[in-house]
This record gives sequence, C-alpha cells and structure tokens, in this order.
Amino acid sequence: MVFLENFRIAAAALRANAMRSILTTLGIIIGVAAVIAVVSVVQGLQQMITKELQGVGATYMEVRPDFGRRDPGRVARQVKLTWDDGKAVRERIAGIRLITPLLAGAAQVKYGDRKYNPGAIYGVNQDYQEVVNSAVDRGRFFSRIDLDNRRNVIVLGQKVVDELGLEPDPVGKEVYLGSYPATVIGVMEKKGQSLGNNLDDRAFVPFDAAVSLFGRNAADAVQFRLQARSTDDVERVRDGITHLLRQRHHLGPDQPDDFKVRIEDEILKTVSTVLGSVTAVVGGVVGVALLVGGIGIMNIMLVSVTERTREIGVRKAMGARRQDVLLQFLIEAVTLSLLGGGLGIAVGYGLGSGVARLLPDWPPAHVPLWAVGLAFGFSAMVGIFFGIYPAGKASRLDPIDALHYE
Amino acid sequence: MALIDLTDIHKVYDMGAEKVRALNGVDLAIERGEYVAIMGSSGSGKSTLMNLLGCLDTPSSGHYRLNGVAVEELDDQQLAAIRNKEIGFVFQTFNLLARTDALHNVELPLIYAGVPRAERRERAKRALERVGLGERMSHQPNELSGGQRQRVAVARALVNDPSILLADEPTGNLDSTTSLEIMELFAQLHRAGNTVILVTHEPDIAAFAERQVMLKDGKVVADHPTLRAAATHA
Repeated sequence: MVFLENFRIAAAALRANAMRSILTTLGIIIGVAAVIAVVSVVQGLQQMITKELQGVGATYMEVRPDFGRRDPGRVARQVKLTWDDGKAVRERIAGIRLITPLLAGAAQVKYGDRKYNPGAIYGVNQDYQEVVNSAVDRGRFFSRIDLDNRRNVIVLGQKVVDELGLEPDPVGKEVYLGSYPATVIGVMEKKGQSLGNNLDDRAFVPFDAAVSLFGRNAADAVQFRLQARSTDDVERVRDGITHLLRQRHHLGPDQPDDFKVRIEDEILKTVSTVLGSVTAVVGGVVGVALLVGGIGIMNIMLVSVTERTREIGVRKAMGARRQDVLLQFLIEAVTLSLLGGGLGIAVGYGLGSGVARLLPDWPPAHVPLWAVGLAFGFSAMVGIFFGIYPAGKASRLDPIDALHYE
Repeated sequence: MALIDLTDIHKVYDMGAEKVRALNGVDLAIERGEYVAIMGSSGSGKSTLMNLLGCLDTPSSGHYRLNGVAVEELDDQQLAAIRNKEIGFVFQTFNLLARTDALHNVELPLIYAGVPRAERRERAKRALERVGLGERMSHQPNELSGGQRQRVAVARALVNDPSILLADEPTGNLDSTTSLEIMELFAQLHRAGNTVILVTHEPDIAAFAERQVMLKDGKVVADHPTLRAAATHA
C-alpha cells in the first residue's frame, strides 16, 4: 500500500464531514491555542527581560533596603540603608569594580514656562552610567569633579527633553529642579519602554543634590547598584556585603537581614521561576484539554468506523490487509489532531498577539519554534494514542460481516 | 490442473447450541476460461460457497486449490494478498466508495497491489474504457445510473487482471434492460478469455453461463452445461 495514499483518503474523508471534523478537533484547538497564547506572551516578556539583564552583564548587583512587609515583627522605620553603608562597602569589600548610590524621587522640572514631572529623578554618582551600562547620547554625564564641587548639573532622558520643549541639543541650558537651578550637561541615549516604565522619562542629578532635594529621611533608604570585578567575585562580594551590613546594622544572629542583595543571576532565576510556574499551570490545563480533545477524536473515529463498515469490507475484499486498514484510520485520526494543532497554533498566536498589544507596554508576542514543534508533536501523539483503538477495531472487522453490514 | 479445485469441502458455523452445516461435502472443479453459474435457493449454501471461492473465508475441512495454491492453509494476510491478485468481486449492491470518482474507485485494488500512481491511473482508465465508461471517469457514484455503477464495479474487478471474476447477484438491483446489458458485458469478457463465476438464484440470469452448478442443502445436486454452451461450441 502506498503510504501517502492514506493522507489523500484521510483528507477526502475529513472533507466529506468538514463541520464534524472541525467540531471534533475543537478540544485540541482550544488546548493548543491556550498553550501557544500563554507561551507567546510569556516568551515575549522573558526575551525582553533577558535582553535587558544581559545588557547590564553577569557582574551586576543590587542592594536595597528590605522593609520586610511580610515580617510583621519588624518596624519599617527602623530599617536604614545609607550611603555611609555604601561607602563602607566600597572601602572594605574586595572585588567591587564600581558602586553608585541610587536615590529615587519625584520633583518638577521647569524650563522657561514649561513644567514637567518626570517619571523619576535619580540621585547617583559618576559611575552610574557604567554600572547600568547606559551612556549619554549628547553632552556628558557628571564627573567626580561635578560631585566634589557640588555643581548644580542635571542629565535628562529624551522624554524629559521633549516634554520641556528643549531643542534637540539642550546642553548648557538652565532648568529648575524644584526650586534649585541646574545646568543641563547631557542627554541619555534612548532606551524605550520596559514593564510599564518609560526608561527615557528620567532625570539624573548628583547624589548630594538629590539628598538636599528629597530630604534627609529619603537618604535613609538608599539603594546601591554595583559591578563586581568578575563573575567569580559576585558570590564573595554578596557574602561580604551581607556580613558587613549586618555588623553595621547591629543585627543579632536570629534577626533577619534588613536589606537585600540581588545578583543578576538571581534576578534572571526569579523571572524564570515565576514564568516557569505560569507555564506549568498552563501545561496542566492544556494536558486536560488535550485529553478531552483526544477522547473526542476517539469517539468520532469510532462513529466513523461504524459508518464506514461497508467501505472497510470492500477494501478488504479488494485485498486490503489488516495493517492497511489500521494505517488508514490511524492516519485519519492523526490528520484530524494535526489539523486541530495547526488551527490551535494560529488561533493561539492571534490571541497572544492581541493580548500583548492590549496590555500597556507589553513586549510583542513571540512564538518560539520549539513551542510550534511541541504543539504539533503533542497533537500527533494524541491522534496516535486515541486513534489506535478505533483503527484496531476497523482492522479486525471480518470482511464478510463488513460487506453485509446495513 | 483445474484453476479451481474443491475437494470434500465442509463449512460448519457454530451458532452456540446448534451447529449449522452450510456446506456438506462439496466437490467442484472449474477450468480456466469457463463461465459458470452457481445456483440455489436461499439457505442452499451458495453464499457460503461464494465466500470460500472468493477467499473471504476458509473451509472447516476439505481442500481448496486456487491456481495451485492451497487456500485452506493461508492466514489472514495471505488471504488478503490472494484476493487482491486472483479475485475480482462484483457485488449486488455495487459497493463503490461514495464521494470517490469512478477512476479512483477502479484504482482501489491497484493501490493495495502497490502499483505506482501513474501506472495505476493508466490501467484504471483502460479498464473503464473496456466497460464503455471512458467518458465518465470523473463522475462520482451518485452521478451515475445503476447500470453505470455496476460497470464501474466490473472495471474495478477487472483492473488487476484476476484469475476469476466472481459476481454475486450482479443484476439483483438492476431493471431488466440494464440487467441484459450487464450480462452482455460478462459474456463479452468471457469471450475475451476471462473466467467468470456467477452466483444467482434467477434461472434466466444463470442461462447466460455455459455451465450451471445447482446447490441444495450444502451439496452439489446438479452440474451440467447450458443450452448456450451447446450453441457456442456447436
């Protein structure tokens, strides 16, 4: 028997009952569409986060105060993380290449009579741009000299430049940050959107300026961003920081850390874990949908075998062997489930793209090739698994009985 | 050696409490090129005999040699292969595949014979031309009349050059004019050298054959040439 002939027979049989075939595959379509939709949305997100984290490199680390919201025994205002801690870290922990404080707050920027509130004002030091791997596009970032001399300087994100109506090259212009005058010395390169944050909607001032702007209390909850010398140093630096800060904060052995050191690897891992569990839950749902879909296929194939008993008898009289009949109905079941898989991929991709577009600032949906392969593979497996029983039944029919079936 | 050689064939169906003896010691030899009608009323065993001759079933005891092959020793697989190669079936109800055009219906035995597509198509075309349906190849069964459907079925039976054309009440579902046309077609195929076995209960259809075998209660009770044979060979 020519193997390919089975596909022609299957296609003809499915076309003869087009509506029934589509309805039968609905379970598979829904299952595959669900997995593809979720995977495409999640993958788009993961792709973006991974790209961003790879941008700062594997030696990137963050230290932030941990107010322990989940730990009711701790009083939030006792938690302090100051730049004095940061300086101590810089001086006493080996393996740190660069470290910058980061004090975030909000304030109004004014240029002439235009006013604008950027998404965030960051107080940082001269190493910031190298620590987070982002550079100025025009002008320059502040230098150590600017910081030491407490010069009133400011570096703007592109969106702030646009909102204030500054000319494309605003270097040298005077703006007001709150009530303090500041000279624009640079514009950061464009970064775009990330998880609902516009990375260009920011302004950067020297750390001390931010402290005077946001007040002493704000300076008790500073974050640090740092780069270790090498990836081998990352773990050691983290342990060193933990040890030093616990000492400086006078934490007893049974008290939890009041700060958090996060390394790039962990950030990636956290993201992967969250996305992984989302995928696992979806996988479970899809497993059930595919099971139901498979039972639907088995059901309709049993109906089909009964309806076509005469045809099976004729084929056997014409010389079809058991395996010919078995293969014919098995291929029909697999074609049915693959049809469902294909439609499911198309529907799922459409859904995923739609959802990604509806969610604000969400990255575009991305369907990886492995997901397509997996969807088709699983569909085929469902077809074989649930098709084997009806096909076996067809192949075992006695030709004489089948020919006289009414 | 005869093309078909049946020796002391018994076929017993076990119907639970009682055993039904459908065939009870049949001896029959049919030579290549013969045109035989197997007759009998319902319950005479003629359907059982046809199933055995068509290798759809095997006897409970006795020997059946078809073209030198001992059929009673064959398993399912080998029976399928021998049906494909040696037997061309024509059924009372045509048994064409629905929603499948004449050409593809005729190709069916060649698919199971493993004939490549192009050759399959060519041979199916020739078979359809032989039965006078060269113009109707792309018609589906529901677009054909009863007589035309039976012609397609005959073309399908012929296409793999079988040793026997085995027709089971081929005119049972046709009106008398169309029946005559179909019987004319069988006569023509017989003249061309084919072995034709006709299973029927209608004497005027059986009269088209050259030899009649009469079955009763699972036994051959009469076996003689017909008037037509006398006329043809005179």
